[in-house]
Amino acid sequence: MSATNKPSLPRISIRGLSKSFNGNIVLEDVDLDIMPGDSTTVIGMSGTGKSVLIKCVLGLLRPDAGEILVDGENWLALPEQEHLQRMRRIGMLFQGAALFDSLKVWENVAFALLRQNVPKKQAHERAHEVLEWVGLHDVGDLMPSELSGGMAKRVGLARTICHKPDIVFFDEPTTGLDPIMSDVINRLIVRLHKGSGTTMLSITHDLRSAEMISDHIALLCHGRIHRIIRANELTSDQDPMLRQFVEGRASGPINCSPWGKKIEEVIDR
Amino acid sequence: MKWIASIGAGVESIFSHTGSYTLMLLQLLRKLGSRPWYARQLIAQAEQVGVQSLPVVLLTALFTGMVLALQSYIVFHRFAAESLTGLVVSMSLVRELGPVLVGLMVAGRVGASFAAELGTMRVTEQIDALWTLSTDPFRYLVTPRVLAVTLMLPLLTIIADYIGIYGGYAISVYVLDQNPVVYVENTTVYMELEDFYSGLIKAAFFGMLIGVIGCTEGFNCKGGAAGVGTATTHAVVISCMSILVSDYFLTAWLFG
Repeated sequence: MSATNKPSLPRISIRGLSKSFNGNIVLEDVDLDIMPGDSTTVIGMSGTGKSVLIKCVLGLLRPDAGEILVDGENWLALPEQEHLQRMRRIGMLFQGAALFDSLKVWENVAFALLRQNVPKKQAHERAHEVLEWVGLHDVGDLMPSELSGGMAKRVGLARTICHKPDIVFFDEPTTGLDPIMSDVINRLIVRLHKGSGTTMLSITHDLRSAEMISDHIALLCHGRIHRIIRANELTSDQDPMLRQFVEGRASGPINCSPWGKKIEEVIDR
Repeated sequence: MKWIASIGAGVESIFSHTGSYTLMLLQLLRKLGSRPWYARQLIAQAEQVGVQSLPVVLLTALFTGMVLALQSYIVFHRFAAESLTGLVVSMSLVRELGPVLVGLMVAGRVGASFAAELGTMRVTEQIDALWTLSTDPFRYLVTPRVLAVTLMLPLLTIIADYIGIYGGYAISVYVLDQNPVVYVENTTVYMELEDFYSGLIKAAFFGMLIGVIGCTEGFNCKGGAAGVGTATTHAVVISCMSILVSDYFLTAWLFG
């Protein structure tokens, strides 16, 4: 077999990941592979552990069991300082953008570069270049509190990609935004993915967003990855759980009642 | 049986808080031994803790010195020992009231701000964001704050001692009509270096307590806006109580 035909190693490989809080199992034996340059979105109901999954992958939460392999290297086994060094390859857009209140917008965007001792002038120029890329050329000297929700999200996206990471994570990139601003964010993510071939892992329950920004979609249900499909199969796939989620039905194989009863017993009584 | 449960919960809470402060301090000592140290953050925090606390500290020290002079004069006047007023004011301030009052003022101002700032950063995922931007949140946020307050509290105490003694001098000389030379002489002749530096040791210890408690409460904050409120209240109350309790043991150790 020639080198070009050799199947490449997954960029991110999640193996047997489990996490529970106070005995409440949130993730149970989760397996997921993301190939280099692939954009995968994990969808699932609120409270199914999507955010916990992404936080475990990023090292923000310590899983009870499992491995997070990035290019074959288990990041969970790395000492803290080495893990932090590896984080230079990572970008993360948080649900609420998580901009630093005490820093100006451009300082937020250039934060990773300034920490890496890139000269201030160079970091400033790069920050403005990326802000321009997200369509915000005149906000660099504002404080985050002066931005609208949509602007903050775009600044967050600019900060995520300013240091040119090769793996980017998105936590609910369109939640809380109006449909037009959601479309703007989705298009920027698509442009980033197509333009730079960045590997992406997103979590959302916005199906339109998932379909638009992903190559693959994984359904997280009852603590496990239940099904992985190509993004263009989202409306045609006949899996009962996926159908229930896509059609937004309370009744079905996914038990959405938090009290352990069938949902009909709760809402129709 | 409810009262037994509430006592149990209280004891558990004391041990849990003490444990988390100890872990925070140990982690701080471990991380101080290696780079990066974030000197700019340390200077910014020192400015915030030191310079911005000056007005409240100066006002407290000035009026405490003035009140001490008045009270001491009233007592000493009964057995014609008014000339000792200066000595009592200066000894009380330098050994005890200076570090304790500065500690309490800074605990209210700085301890609360550490807990509120870090707590807000925690609940808005800004601390998580630091990690994803390859920055150790502990080194970037906690270390400079604890160091700044530990270093600045002795400096604030020196200024407070000075201003408090001057407040006592002003009342003794200009209001109670005492001899200024006797006041200054009694203040300087009977005071020993040990009185001075033991106050500074206390101040540094109180500073470390305020920093560790405020940062731990904020850094480990949970539960949104209500959680930030609880963390801030805990930071102020526990810091103040710790200062008063540890003051006794430090005094017993330093002058024992």
